[in-house]
Amino acid sequence: MLRMANSFPEEVLEHVFSFIQSDKDRNSISMVCKSWYEIERWCRRRIFVGNCYAVSPRMVIRRFPEVRSIELKGKPHFADFNLVPEGWGGYVQPWIVAMIGAYPLLEEIRLKRMVVTDDSLELIAKSFKNFKVLVLSSCEGFSTDGLAAIAANCRNLRELDLRESEVDDLSGHWLSHFPDTYTSLVSLNIACLVSEVSFSALERLVGRCPNLRSLRLNRAVPLERLANLLRRAPQLVELGTGAYSAELRPDVFSNLAGALSDCKELKSLSGFWDVVPAYLPAVYSTCPGLTTLNLSYATIQSPDLIKLVSQCQNLQCLWVLDYIEDVGLDALAASCKDLRELRVFPSDPFGMEPNVALTEQGLVSVSEGCPKLHSVLYFCRQMSNAALLTIARNQPNFTCFRLCIIEPHTPDYLTRQPLDVGFGAIVEHCKDLRRLSVSGLLTDRVFEYIGTHGKKLEMLSLAFAGDSDLGLHHVLSGCENLRKLEIRDCPFGDKALLANAAKLETMRSLWMSSCSVSYGACKLLGQKMPRLNVEVIDERGHPDTRPESCPVEKLYIYRSVAGPRSDMPGFVWTMGGDSDFKPHKLNII
Amino acid sequence: MDGCSRKEEVCPQLLDLISKDREWLMNRGEERSHGCSEEKKLELRLGPPGGEDWSLKDSSKSNRGREESLLSLSYFSPMASIAHNNNNNGNQALKCSSSDHNNPVGVGSALSSPWASSSSSPSGYQAKIQHIQQQQTKAPSFLQFSSTPQSLPVISKEAPQTCCTKVVDLQNAEKKALSPASANTAVPNSSQKRTAPAPVVGWPPIRSFRKNLASSSSSKPGTESQNVVPTKISGEKEAETCKKGLFVKINMDGVPIGRKVDLKAYDSYEKLSSAVDELFRGLLAAQRDSTVGGFQKNQEEEKEIMGLLDGSGEYTLVYEDNEGDRMLVGDVPWHFLIFVGQYVCLHREEASRA
Repeated sequence: MLRMANSFPEEVLEHVFSFIQSDKDRNSISMVCKSWYEIERWCRRRIFVGNCYAVSPRMVIRRFPEVRSIELKGKPHFADFNLVPEGWGGYVQPWIVAMIGAYPLLEEIRLKRMVVTDDSLELIAKSFKNFKVLVLSSCEGFSTDGLAAIAANCRNLRELDLRESEVDDLSGHWLSHFPDTYTSLVSLNIACLVSEVSFSALERLVGRCPNLRSLRLNRAVPLERLANLLRRAPQLVELGTGAYSAELRPDVFSNLAGALSDCKELKSLSGFWDVVPAYLPAVYSTCPGLTTLNLSYATIQSPDLIKLVSQCQNLQCLWVLDYIEDVGLDALAASCKDLRELRVFPSDPFGMEPNVALTEQGLVSVSEGCPKLHSVLYFCRQMSNAALLTIARNQPNFTCFRLCIIEPHTPDYLTRQPLDVGFGAIVEHCKDLRRLSVSGLLTDRVFEYIGTHGKKLEMLSLAFAGDSDLGLHHVLSGCENLRKLEIRDCPFGDKALLANAAKLETMRSLWMSSCSVSYGACKLLGQKMPRLNVEVIDERGHPDTRPESCPVEKLYIYRSVAGPRSDMPGFVWTMGGDSDFKPHKLNII
Repeated sequence: MDGCSRKEEVCPQLLDLISKDREWLMNRGEERSHGCSEEKKLELRLGPPGGEDWSLKDSSKSNRGREESLLSLSYFSPMASIAHNNNNNGNQALKCSSSDHNNPVGVGSALSSPWASSSSSPSGYQAKIQHIQQQQTKAPSFLQFSSTPQSLPVISKEAPQTCCTKVVDLQNAEKKALSPASANTAVPNSSQKRTAPAPVVGWPPIRSFRKNLASSSSSKPGTESQNVVPTKISGEKEAETCKKGLFVKINMDGVPIGRKVDLKAYDSYEKLSSAVDELFRGLLAAQRDSTVGGFQKNQEEEKEIMGLLDGSGEYTLVYEDNEGDRMLVGDVPWHFLIFVGQYVCLHREEASRA
């Protein structure tokens, strides 16, 4: 066997490996034998690090010397909802610095929930000559000055995607830094920026980039000028409008309608801030071709929404506000038989009383009428076990089911019972469920169901649910494929955590905030589990100033081969840190 | 992928990191690397409240190769007491849930066998709701009960084990178990008006850029009020337009007398078209009669004026725009027309008629 491996030329194996792109398969290949490990590591071009603190840049570079594309994720998901205090971490700078020397040919950087500074952006812009793709998803820490550096220096840039990042928006002038000779733009997403970019610079940029496929503008781009922009890029596949409002002028309308109808390749529409309903018919010509429609900023009422979605027979993905109401979801179910993903956001999340006629019935209709629906995020104010049962039976193909009943602890509104049975039906019927968020009044029983049936579950989000440690124990011991678990305001304490300590090493991370895990248990966990970083986050001061039995504010536990990190702020402590700690080599990348 | 499977390393998954005297969990004597779900069958004993002994046998871990010596029982005593409380409440919850079928609301019939493929078709969901709601009206005291969970005293064990008990106890349990920092979780009750609870950080879980959408709709100057998005319940129609009408003169080719029409009285082209038809039908007939030369005004000869919008009829509705060009009205959406034309005419296309 060894002889065979030696006699097979490396180049051939490399060529074979090049057809295998998935990380999981690449990891498997690398474990076949030592020579395959060696060959594979030299030809791996794409790296995904789901937790930037799970491994150090040096380790990655040492193992994979020829990387062209890297994706890093930083803060835990609950950072999206302001549960992770400012300054917690997730800095990309050490990675950039390390990669400048090691990966001069780096082409792609994709970051999610990381802190990116203007320095980092400048380094990227000036160090990687062949840089092509920059995606900053929910990142923060940089300003438009950093963007100017990217625009000015990256001659081969294809993608600049700032999706939902928080940018210090000093001015819109940065866009003018793209030189006149620059023509390779394929995708630009500046929807999160506030200030006006120089419109003439934008027009010229769009006009000279023939490969532009995706253009997501920011709110400041006026509707009256959209038509002219579109006429320079009729090949667009994805368009994000700016504010969708203007004075009612027929010439503006017909201009816009005409320009949109000339975009024959358009498959995705988004933007739609401040919608003036009279202008909606301008997009009607694009509707039959649309597969993705993001109306989640559009404050329009259900009659207008119905008119729009009824024409989108090929729609696969719809994001919309709850203005669509049950009646709109009925229309959606009737017209959009190819629908795969639906997200319904709350228009008035902090209001005490419902402001729209959206109930559980809308979700029932869609689950009934859309056979391909597999991913749902639904905010509503009432739910019943009967509805959940019906939904589960209608649509056993859910892979992602996230239900948020706005008021915590809301029971089944018909029976006043907890919603255990309903969610239990979801996990039992939907055998491919990978992601689940639960809400409403829930006891430990729902976790029994989840632990029993949620065998493919990878990510679980819990809030204001459960009665005791037994609930957490069900989940940790039952969900074999659990990778990410995030919990807030649940009565879970030390017992389940300590009894399932080993489970934590099989997961990417566990977040618990406003629960009942004591400082003493955290310390114990940190001491006994050297391959976990047990981070206690507590803004009340060092936990030593309180009794050991006192619960910590927030707890973030993640597996790591890099050991405790050294960039923590004053309110984060890593537990354990024994002097005899040694990092182990694990193939977890 | 999981290094714990290698024999030579310490496998801390077997760590019994809590004391052996575990009241809350039954025996888990397994040595697997993954969370031990294969043989674990957590038997939930629905015993009477107070009986916390949930383990079926002694947790004798002697089959484990290497036993870490752990902290003594005394270390865990404060936590054990918390667990004790949790157990009580947990038990309580389980106990109550087993009595689902006995509750006075009688919901059991609809939900008693959640996994059975009962006769409920998808449209049966509505029927279920009615059924449940009918049953609910039979137990007004239950509703009253549940409407003020906070004001109820702690229910003694002799009280009927209704679900409202569970609701109360769960809330009490949660309040006990939650750390002081999170004491302001809201207790919902949709059956009575309530004051706004203290805002909970990060709840509901939406990104900050999705907040304040309903209140931040900006209307540019010059747009009519009908473009402002109402934030009230959708039962209301869109905000009414300005009260003063928009009168435009409609002239018909060949008819010297025009008519004035209030465009704001209509909300669609179809309505305008039929109004124009009514207004001009008589005029047209009179015109014909006068050219033909008779004084009879024959009612049957009044033809309906059709095809005004699409050019299929004899007459077409056109408007004159700011630049003086005549434009077909159907090209622009209704709302735009209102702001455009002061002059509308019925145009007779003689040349284009086949």
